[in-house]
Amino acid sequence: MLIIRCPWCGERDHTEFTYGGAASVARPTPAATDQEWVDYVYMRDNSRGSHEEYWHHVQGCRQWLRVHRDTMTHEIASVMPAAMAAGER
Amino acid sequence: MSVQFRGEASLLPAFTATAPVRSSQPWRLATGGSIDRSSSIGFTFDGKSYTGHVGDTLASALIANGVRVVARSFKYHRPRGIYGTGPEEPNALVTLDRGCDAEPNTRATTTELFDGLAARSQNRWPSLAFDLMGINDFFSALMPAGFYYKTFMWPGKFWIHYEKRIRQAAGMGLASRCADPSRYERNHVFCDVLVVGAGPAGIAAALAAGRSGARVVLAESEPVPGGALLRDTEEIDGAPAAEWVTRAMAELRAMTHVKVMTRSTVFGYYDNNVLAAVERVTDHVAQFATHLPRQRLHVIRARRVVLATGAIERPIVFENNDRPGVMLAAAVRTYVKRFAVSPGNRAVIFTNNDDAYRTALALHEAGVTVAAIVDSRTSAKGPLPVAARRLGIECLQGHAVLRAEGKLQVTGVQIVALDGSRSASTKSPRRIHCDVVAVSGGWSPTVHLHSQSGGRPVYNQVLSAFAPGLSRQAEVSAGAATGANSLVTCLAQGHDAGMEAAKAAGFAPQNSQPPSADDPESAAMEPLWLVPGATHKAFVDIQDDVTSADLALAHREGYVSGEHLKRYTTLGMGTDQGKTSNMNGLAIMAALRGQSIAKTGTTTFRPPYAPVAIGVFAGRETGMHYQPVRRTPMHDWHVAQGAQMVEAGLWMRPRYYPRNGESLRAAYSREAAHVRNSVGLIDVSTLGKIDIQGPDAVDLLERVYANQWRSLAVGRVRYGLMLREDGIVFDDGTTARLGEHHYFMTTTTANAAKVLAHLEFLLQVVWPELRVHVTSVTEQWGAMALAGPRSRAVLARVIEGGGAAASDEALPHLGVASIRVAGVPCRVFRMTFSGELAYEIAAPADRTLQVWEAVIAAGSSDGLAPYGTEAMGALRIEKGHVASAELDGRTTAGDLGMGRLLSDKKDFIGRRLAQRPALLDPNRAQLMGLVPVDPKGPLRAGAQLVETATPSGITPMIGHVSSMTYSPALGHEIALAFVTGGASRLGETLHAAFPLRNEVTAVRVVEPVFYDKEGARYRG
Repeated sequence: MLIIRCPWCGERDHTEFTYGGAASVARPTPAATDQEWVDYVYMRDNSRGSHEEYWHHVQGCRQWLRVHRDTMTHEIASVMPAAMAAGER
Repeated sequence: MSVQFRGEASLLPAFTATAPVRSSQPWRLATGGSIDRSSSIGFTFDGKSYTGHVGDTLASALIANGVRVVARSFKYHRPRGIYGTGPEEPNALVTLDRGCDAEPNTRATTTELFDGLAARSQNRWPSLAFDLMGINDFFSALMPAGFYYKTFMWPGKFWIHYEKRIRQAAGMGLASRCADPSRYERNHVFCDVLVVGAGPAGIAAALAAGRSGARVVLAESEPVPGGALLRDTEEIDGAPAAEWVTRAMAELRAMTHVKVMTRSTVFGYYDNNVLAAVERVTDHVAQFATHLPRQRLHVIRARRVVLATGAIERPIVFENNDRPGVMLAAAVRTYVKRFAVSPGNRAVIFTNNDDAYRTALALHEAGVTVAAIVDSRTSAKGPLPVAARRLGIECLQGHAVLRAEGKLQVTGVQIVALDGSRSASTKSPRRIHCDVVAVSGGWSPTVHLHSQSGGRPVYNQVLSAFAPGLSRQAEVSAGAATGANSLVTCLAQGHDAGMEAAKAAGFAPQNSQPPSADDPESAAMEPLWLVPGATHKAFVDIQDDVTSADLALAHREGYVSGEHLKRYTTLGMGTDQGKTSNMNGLAIMAALRGQSIAKTGTTTFRPPYAPVAIGVFAGRETGMHYQPVRRTPMHDWHVAQGAQMVEAGLWMRPRYYPRNGESLRAAYSREAAHVRNSVGLIDVSTLGKIDIQGPDAVDLLERVYANQWRSLAVGRVRYGLMLREDGIVFDDGTTARLGEHHYFMTTTTANAAKVLAHLEFLLQVVWPELRVHVTSVTEQWGAMALAGPRSRAVLARVIEGGGAAASDEALPHLGVASIRVAGVPCRVFRMTFSGELAYEIAAPADRTLQVWEAVIAAGSSDGLAPYGTEAMGALRIEKGHVASAELDGRTTAGDLGMGRLLSDKKDFIGRRLAQRPALLDPNRAQLMGLVPVDPKGPLRAGAQLVETATPSGITPMIGHVSSMTYSPALGHEIALAFVTGGASRLGETLHAAFPLRNEVTAVRVVEPVFYDKEGARYRG
């Protein structure tokens, strides 16, 4: 049972969220190579430990969150709005 | 309050009827115990009637009645008796009958007795005393570890025949064949401190934490608190233990912030200090109020957890150590002291520690002869051994029980002296007559929950057991769960753990002293796992019939990993999860390998600690409550009209409206034909609806749809196709432009939630710069499609502005108007799925029914008839429109004949990967139409297309049928199919094979549009 501290709603059980995959990839530009596109769509690191990932607070505020989680211990180091994280890029 | 009887009422009188009640409880002791002797409870075991008392378990009541053989073993069908007192019980598994329902593999030791309880033994035929499969025992030498793997593996195809026989011969109880009629509930609990186990340590912890004001939950498996104090009656704080427990529990129950849960087994420890407990609410009573569930699942979120789970006694392995009458020493003591029943007349104690001497003392006090205490240690000088000797009990130091004698009941033991190097003496063993062997090989802390929490138990040389290691979550163990073996230590540890937990949870407990106790000191135990010289039928795992010889064989065959050995021999794989066998198994493996136990490994414990009924997890979410039901605004109208409803995801939709007992096919054929010939109305409220607003709305549409959107004018609507980023089609629907920066998107019913989440992801994560908001309005708008050549005439009667507003000029094909219909502000779209002239009317959900009824009334002169999803399917297949059967997550736009929609003037989701060569291969299976060569068909969705009428062996498949219907317009069956090579096969004859029904139907490949290819009907 994960507990995710949504920046908008507070601590919530993970059953309110859906998992949205690794946050370590960014959508390439149209000019990117085929390989970059294939990597974006298909290739993910299977991290043991630190992992950046998206969660969607689908039963709550419907905001996408960027969560830094340890895949071994399930400890969550940080949660921030994905929009804010995207703005920083 | 209404009252319900467990099971069928007719089963209840079984014990009061003609069956003779046997002489009452001959093995019940005259005094003592915490049972209510004034009560009398009737129950049956294997059809025979017995009585017991309130406070009994099924196990203690069986012992009271002299029932010694309660089960036959899993593999060898050896007779087995009651062995323990709790969830560690490996033998006494019974089936509880509850009317039609029956619960197999229930431990008699944890089943509270109630009036009318009916239990059956398992795995025997014809009876427990005479079991024909007992023959397995004689041939056991031929059935070593891995027997099934080795013997029945070849030839492989015969395994399905072997397996049935093996399942019959080796096994547990049978699962009931009827649905579980019981009701279960779920409860969420939040607390500062959860204390698991209400023994001395747990009670002390709960008191210390509770007094600080922390919200405390104290969970106990047993019906009454006390733990080991229920059998061991030392003094605490100068009073008998029972009095201390009563006082402490009264104090706890008086605190409103403390919740005491009995009959509640904490069985799982998950991440973030979430634990799960199952509470047996009505399992122990014959009658209960109907509002009460059978069991309740508590999901507990605790800031801190104190694990006061105690310890489990383990046996010492010797020959025939599974004979009825061989029992754990503390279990024997519990039966005598708590339940006041005697498991026999003459006992031998076999131990390697001081604690078992308590059992000797208890038996002696109860008047049971203790023939001898066999202690493997060379000396035992503690207060307990001294007390035993003082009573004149023979104490044999440096001895061991080599084997038990007897079959259906222990009749004696053979004793050997152990020499200095701990090997058995060569002298012939001494025989001692007895009917009970109370065995203790030491205590293993109950580290299951600690292990589940992520902790790794560490081997402790002094305890010869695994004790809790470093905490990975906010938990701490206290009392016997840490290996503490004196009452005073348990109380102190519990008290301190409770204080610390309260502090860590933010409370400020006042300094206080732990409860005091003055229990006798115990000398150290000395490990003895397997008695030297015991080689034959020395059971390590009694439940799974795993012997020491099986472990030795597995070792010789090279199973060096504990995990492999466990699975190969099935050691510890039973319903008891090896609670009494894991430690011995590990130690014996370590000895075989000549290495230390610490190096050999440990067991990772996984939830559940004890078996939990599946129904507990389902809770109330069964049947119609499994998931929510979504109903459209017209739901009740459909039902009142006799519609046959069908589930579409969570939605209920009208499938067809049968008239005068029409069949499905007759009804949908009539409905579809009526749309083509006149006019019909269908509820399309279930489509996903998304409101899109903002200055960059069109940019979002351009990027998420594969086709063009910039040219869409206000007041117009367009078909849109969405791809996934991998180039496969995701969803389709229409989007209307209602205003300069305002769009209204529809999605398929199935993908509504997915599309919204997709848009939200893109807007928040990928393109946060776009100034657009998306909102689901599926629930806010109901919708209906009015279709057929007479639809305009009907619309003209209800739309504001009449015929002019409904005209082709005012509302052309793919136009949209915000306008009143039947006085209700609506959005009217001119678009078609049926291929006929059609309008979709979206109305506010609370007034959609009003609009619907107005349209129905307005259409009465044209014979307007509602139609359901079957007719809608027939109409769309006639038109070659795709639906979810075609958008199956494998098809490209090209496969669906929509490749031309993909814009090459912009970037959009899926564009790049849609251009991969394999997705553009002209030989991909493409959407085509099929008609049967013989009009009678049959055609079936899911049929595979092959080139030959008599497919045999490996036949290349060249496609499959995705949708089929009877076409009223054409008068025969038609289908949509994906055909390799697509249009290049036009006119070819193929064969649609449906092996499940042994059907092969000749079909001809045709264009995927069967009706009105020019689209003349909807443009007018």
